[in-house]
Amino acid sequence: MPAPDTRRTSWWTSGAPWVWLNAGAVGLSVAAVLGLVGLIAARGLAHFWPAEVLEIVHDDGTGRASVIGELAGIEFADPELLPDPGSGTPVERRLIKTGNRRVNAPDFRWLDRAAIVSERRPADLVVFERMEWGNAYGRLRGIFEHEDRVVHGSDAQAWTALQQRLARVAALREEIADLQASTIDSINYELEELRLERRRRALDGAGFDLDWRERSLNEEYTRVEARLMDLVRALERDAVEVEIMDGRRVRIELRDVLRAWRPNAMSRVEQITHYMASLWDFLSEEPREANTEGGVFPAIFGTVMMVLIMSVLVTPFGVIAAVYLHEYARQGALVRLIRIAVNNLAGVPGIVYGVFGLGFFVYLVGGTLDDLFYPEARPAPTFGTPGLVWASLTLALLTVPVVIVSTEEGLARIPRAIREGSLALGATKAETLFRIILPVASPSILTGVILAVARAAGEVAPLMLVGVVKLAPALPVDGNPPFIHLERKFMHLGFHIYDVGFQSPNVEAARPLVYATALLLIGIIVVLNLTAIMLRNRLEGRYRFIEG
Amino acid sequence: MATERKDPGNDRAASDGPAAGGVDGAPASPERETPCLEVRDLSLSYGGVPALSHVSLTIPRRRVTAFIGPSGCGKSTLLRCLNRLNDLIDGVRVSGSVTLNGMDIYRRGVDVADLRRRVGMVFQQPNPFPKSVYENVAYGLRLQRGIARSEMDDRVEWSLKSAALWDEVRDRLNETALELSGGQQQRLMIARAIAVRPDVLLLDEPASALDPISTLRIEELIHQLGAEYTIAIVTHNMQQAARVSDYTAFLYMGELVEFGNTDGMFLNPAKQQTEDYITGRYG
Ligand SMILES: Nc1ncnc2c1ncn2[C@@H]1O[C@H](COP(=O)(O)OP(=O)(O)OP(=O)(O)O)[C@@H](O)[C@H]1O
Ligand SMILES: [Mg+2]
Repeated sequence: MPAPDTRRTSWWTSGAPWVWLNAGAVGLSVAAVLGLVGLIAARGLAHFWPAEVLEIVHDDGTGRASVIGELAGIEFADPELLPDPGSGTPVERRLIKTGNRRVNAPDFRWLDRAAIVSERRPADLVVFERMEWGNAYGRLRGIFEHEDRVVHGSDAQAWTALQQRLARVAALREEIADLQASTIDSINYELEELRLERRRRALDGAGFDLDWRERSLNEEYTRVEARLMDLVRALERDAVEVEIMDGRRVRIELRDVLRAWRPNAMSRVEQITHYMASLWDFLSEEPREANTEGGVFPAIFGTVMMVLIMSVLVTPFGVIAAVYLHEYARQGALVRLIRIAVNNLAGVPGIVYGVFGLGFFVYLVGGTLDDLFYPEARPAPTFGTPGLVWASLTLALLTVPVVIVSTEEGLARIPRAIREGSLALGATKAETLFRIILPVASPSILTGVILAVARAAGEVAPLMLVGVVKLAPALPVDGNPPFIHLERKFMHLGFHIYDVGFQSPNVEAARPLVYATALLLIGIIVVLNLTAIMLRNRLEGRYRFIEG
Repeated sequence: MATERKDPGNDRAASDGPAAGGVDGAPASPERETPCLEVRDLSLSYGGVPALSHVSLTIPRRRVTAFIGPSGCGKSTLLRCLNRLNDLIDGVRVSGSVTLNGMDIYRRGVDVADLRRRVGMVFQQPNPFPKSVYENVAYGLRLQRGIARSEMDDRVEWSLKSAALWDEVRDRLNETALELSGGQQQRLMIARAIAVRPDVLLLDEPASALDPISTLRIEELIHQLGAEYTIAIVTHNMQQAARVSDYTAFLYMGELVEFGNTDGMFLNPAKQQTEDYITGRYG
């Protein structure tokens, strides 16, 4: 055989192609993951940066007009699709977020590159972040107290005055929220409890002597309400006058303004401070505006809480099942069948679990619980309605195969000799299980839990049926006894992404939030996993095994 | 009787006169001793493949009984029958009977955990738990509730000293036992087994990975323990069998070929097979 031929054959048969193939596949996967996370991170994190506000003068054929707003995107449109095909080369268009919803319509505007006459970044342009209707852009022209103009112009003094008044408004808003959370909510809660107590007594045939309590609660409510009204009135004092892009002057009440900043005049330090503050608000605040504005704190809370409860439920369940299958059950056709069934359960679509959870947990179990323990609340359901506990249970069911399989693998890895060593010293099977087998298998158990958490945190479809809502009125944990309300509905980051990205009235405005929320969800899953992995590595160090 | 024993290291087979002589001066035989474990017509098969067939012998109380025989002849299997460890293996069938101090250990309702506590075992392969040295030795003690901390410490120390391991591990009691050397692990296994003070001790080649000095110390220990405990030991070392045991059983292909007084057996074996094996002509 000629030499080159031999060489080629030997390269092919040496196994090198397989190595390259595998390395290529791994490289591709890593690149895909990094690219995806990078894209999400870039888009999501950029959202909080105080973007420059442009003042663009453009000629739309009928005359010059100025547009004020943030650059939201650049697109090269296919000329065929435009009403005026022109030269046939792609047309560069800019998407400008002009904000000022309810003042201007619409709040996004496409501008042809060719029509732009000038583009400036004046330092006096102000962005107002409003409670409702998104950002407003314009120039500060004065400050009002009720109907009286107290500050004129837009100089530095006026700007300082605005910031002071905004701080006052923020403080008032905080006070109102505190009052609401600490007093009004708990009075309402107690009144509701009282109503239920009364019904309970009526059902039991006992007398009513609860009127005095209700009276005192109502009196307190009136007192607190009066205080609340004072605060609200104080909140309504200030307003600003803003000149918007078409020259009109509009009045914006400060009670609706969260923040105001002049991005074009900001120093780097101010930009970073602003960035951190917005990021923190995103993480710690409640959503506003049908979830398209504000923060995602309830969704973070709900996601983490649901995953934790799910882990607490799934671990013992999965471990007990695996121990039975591996240690106690007589190995045979039946056990093999069960094992196959368990493995296949892992492949059942999430929505099927959702339907099962709704039918079994929510309606059957929850409904029965209500009949037995909460007859006074009837016909309103307490547990017989989707809620946190049912969502956690449904996901526990969905992830239990993973825990079973990986626990069983861990049990199978423990050498027979170790078990015999324990038994030969007079340990019973149960003692061997608790003192040797479970500790040694604990890293595998944790591996199962890690996989379960990863799957559960990313699952959305079943949750829509068994407890997740677009907007939950209250967190599942609060100051009212019993403090943890597992029956409540909750918010979830995965569902939040779906809701904000695809169900919101203003998809364009919400898009950066979708990226930010997705990044957050990935981040939370990573953190949960890292915690479990660290725990597992510590255990693995302790129970490191010499093979054989 | 124990006082009559010689120091380990002396080749008992070479000495004249029965070391473990009967009261009347006649050569001792296992039948004359107080029985501890009585094996009657014991047969065992692993998934239909026989490993022991019709073995009958009596392991006398407070004596050392050695089991010798070629590899695969069923020595370990026989030992594992004595604490019912074979129960755990799927497809094992046992027939015949084994009695411990007159009680049939294969009877229904026997507390197997208690049986195994009384019949301790050191395995052919060291199998330390993935725990510290201290916890390995204390494992059996912790199973018996109500042992005070200080007593536990004493028992662990005594066990490790007896197993000739104390000096090597006294400073690393809380380190993992998995990092001990093979020979250290083997001695740890002995310490672990004697810590619970079993009545009977089953030793499956306890000195296979030991240097001559450690081997000597283990033999010394076996010798000492033999005064109080009933010991069954498997060994491939003929000198060792001769040195430490009072009685010897020769197994071949799952059958008991010859069983009797060690001296007698090594000096003039009754069967040709035995003689061939002892003198190394076997095979
Ligand atoms: N768990 C088991 N399953 C099936 N067969 C087994 C099992 N354990 C032992 N055997 C078989 O039983 C026979 C006796 O084995 P045993 O371990 O008792 O031999 P041994 O005399 O201890 O040998 P060695 O001196 O090599 O340790 C061997 O043929 C072995 O293959
Ligand atoms: Mg063996």
